[in-house]
Amino acid sequence: MPTSDYDPACLPDLLPLYYRRLFPFSQYYRWLSYGGVSKNYFQNREFSFTLKDDIYVRYQSFTTQNELEKEMQKMVPYKIDIGAVYSHRPSQHNAVKSGTFQALEKELVFDIDMTDYDDVRRCCSAADICSKCWTLMTIAIRILDRALREDFGFHHLLWVYSGRRGVHCWVCDDAARKLSVAARSAVAEYLSLIKGGEETVRKVVLSDPIHPFINHSLSVVERYFCQYAIVEQDILGSKESVDKVLALLPEDIKKDLTVYYQEEKNPMKRWDRLCTLVEHKKSSIKKGGQYFDKEIMLQYCYPRLDVNVSKGVNHLLKSPFSIHPKTGRISVPIDLKELNTFDPFEVPTISLICEELERPRADEAEDDDVKDKENEQEAGERRRIRDLQKDF
Amino acid sequence: MQFPGRRKKLIGSSQNDLYDHCLQFYGQPPLENISLTEFETFAVERLKLLKTVENLGVSCVKNSEQYTKKLDAEISRISEYEKRRKDHISHFILRLAYCQTEDLRRWFIQQEMDLFRYRFNDLHSKHKTDFLHKNNLKYETVSAEEKKSLQDKLIASSYGLSGTKVEEHDVYKVPFQDALDLVRTRKVYLLAGNAYIPHHEIVTIVLNDFRTRLSKALAMTARSLPAVQSDERLQPLLSHLSHAYVGQDYSIQKNIGKISLEQIDALSGKSFPLCMRHLHKALRENHHLRHGGRMQYGLFLKGIGLSLEQALQFWRSEFVKGKVDADKFDKAYAYSVRHMFGKEGKRTDYTPYSCMKVILSNPPSQGDYHGCPFRHSDPELLKQKLQNYKVSPSGTNQILELVKGMHYQLACQKYFELTHNVEDAGFSLNHPNQYFTESQKLLSGGRDIKKEVDMSQRSQENPASVTRPSQANSKQIFLDEIQELSDPS
Repeated sequence: MPTSDYDPACLPDLLPLYYRRLFPFSQYYRWLSYGGVSKNYFQNREFSFTLKDDIYVRYQSFTTQNELEKEMQKMVPYKIDIGAVYSHRPSQHNAVKSGTFQALEKELVFDIDMTDYDDVRRCCSAADICSKCWTLMTIAIRILDRALREDFGFHHLLWVYSGRRGVHCWVCDDAARKLSVAARSAVAEYLSLIKGGEETVRKVVLSDPIHPFINHSLSVVERYFCQYAIVEQDILGSKESVDKVLALLPEDIKKDLTVYYQEEKNPMKRWDRLCTLVEHKKSSIKKGGQYFDKEIMLQYCYPRLDVNVSKGVNHLLKSPFSIHPKTGRISVPIDLKELNTFDPFEVPTISLICEELERPRADEAEDDDVKDKENEQEAGERRRIRDLQKDF
Repeated sequence: MQFPGRRKKLIGSSQNDLYDHCLQFYGQPPLENISLTEFETFAVERLKLLKTVENLGVSCVKNSEQYTKKLDAEISRISEYEKRRKDHISHFILRLAYCQTEDLRRWFIQQEMDLFRYRFNDLHSKHKTDFLHKNNLKYETVSAEEKKSLQDKLIASSYGLSGTKVEEHDVYKVPFQDALDLVRTRKVYLLAGNAYIPHHEIVTIVLNDFRTRLSKALAMTARSLPAVQSDERLQPLLSHLSHAYVGQDYSIQKNIGKISLEQIDALSGKSFPLCMRHLHKALRENHHLRHGGRMQYGLFLKGIGLSLEQALQFWRSEFVKGKVDADKFDKAYAYSVRHMFGKEGKRTDYTPYSCMKVILSNPPSQGDYHGCPFRHSDPELLKQKLQNYKVSPSGTNQILELVKGMHYQLACQKYFELTHNVEDAGFSLNHPNQYFTESQKLLSGGRDIKKEVDMSQRSQENPASVTRPSQANSKQIFLDEIQELSDPS
């Protein structure tokens, strides 16, 4: 597949084209109107735009799809965020009596950012990602999607690639949109297993009895752990990363392994030994369970979400289909049925998609080909939104 | 909503119905007349109780044996009827004082909930059921078949549940939104949006109900407040009551501009509490701090006297050394700094965080440096850090003991004492800016001045001593009592 190199300097030229020909306005509008059940739902929704030169404008709102289109084509935002549905039109919030302008509803959202895994991934750091660490996102999506559907009973979930280093989840059920701040934070904390910042070494502590949610999550992690952590991340390879793992274990096991590892260099065998020792220790202690091996797996693989993003009813989050200015990638929905083959590096950039649009019509076949590609991409996008809208 | 003071007298016979249960949801306001003295006394006593609930909540695990014993000890022995009447009236008085701002409401609801939980748990099972019936609380029960099929999962999710218990007692099924405390701590089984609650955990659902009702009631009270505040007997009292719990909140900036930016490095080692020293170091090393750290540290700096211009210069010079260029700083981060000083958005002048707030809210995660090191750091790492800061091994051990007992503020006080080389800090730490002020006082004046400050403080708290006229009127004593509440020693 031909890749056009993306250059941020081209954004001022590409964005107008994107907003004129490619941004799926009608599906977008249909999504955010939620079937028109609630009056003024779309009209009272806050959008925020980041314009050229980092000018940030909040409290944007629109009365019709047409107005949304016109404004976006006029202002050509570099970034688009979606906020809450307020009590009044956000664009008129200054005219409203102080205290009465309130955020009423918003989708329940989650933001998984690869940077939060820096202490446990060796291949990349900060805003970088690669195919090796992308597995972490796959794991995160599987675990959270299951929990939100089976435990919390939500049905309408939209998973989106953020465009650079993570994924977002938009839970669009009516019940989700009406959740209070306390409820959102409770859901986020239920889903959190990694506790502690820079100053905490052992970030996961399990004790008996293990909650069914943790068991479900563990079975997902276990499916990926050996290939991801032992082979690809090689966490039991170099001394430095072995030390990090050993720091999570009690003294006696640590000592044994330090000796064993002097001879045994094969990482899988090293991991097996670790698990065996933990099992032994468990069966020799009557009271309470010792789950050091499971804790290690969770610390290296379990999703890390930012509770603050999910808590606030008025928190603004990057919009699906917006462009990420640094990478040029479109924030596309992720089809969970094809999750295993999703490749963030194959996500179309704005340069690529505009180039495909502009390609001269040399011959019909090629032209159709291009149109097909466009349609494919858009169809994919539309399909996701349609799924969301089935009940709205 | 109607308020006490202008009521008709209560009819005798219905008194018995009114207080026939020791616990209530405070659905109906009291309708009797009471004297101004009773008004004041009841309010202060309840506030003291709520402050005790708050302090116990920080220093003990809630609902542990230790916690319950201590709370038992605080609740005085008077006639049951009198107790319930006082409880009823004092709750409603405090609503008046605590309905006005988001912070006050949050605090009041939290303590009232903790108090309610303690009292509900104390009830005999039969009285619990009575309470549910009396208040029309009907919760859906799970069928026997469903219980059987979910038995293992239920046992694995709820504390203290066994196979027999599941069979014999009811399990309730409520929407998860009604059981948030159990969901948040993952102490309940969730399926398809419902929480499955065993009988003995019913308190959590009741509490949720309590919170929702109280929250609505406070919002309503706030709207009716102007009518009450027009009564000049009550206005000063209510205003003092609502300031009592925070004590000094360092929201009014004194000494603006007295600190220069060059002094900050030195000050961080000498007079900053550990949390701020830690944040400052992280900022210098990484040339960056995330939102939680910027708020906690930025507001602290505001509290010690940095002006907005100084703050902007300080943050910009640091961030620019990192990955942020001056332009980006001005566009993205400068807004946030001005916001802290109340110059943007809804123009709230944010107050620097108290220890309580730092310890209890927004725990740090990966990449964060905020929070309370005594609460949020691994003991091993904390020990290393203290050693790096040249705290003696015995001192470090004392601190670690306090941390183990969850006495985080006392641990910080001990840190103060060790780094300032004094036996007794001379104050009760509850705010990082207080730490700074006390430290500066100590360093600039030495021990003698400190003693003098102590003495004058003590005589202020004690109206019966030399400096006050002996016929201190009751209002003055009352107001002084409130003053004391903000500085528990």
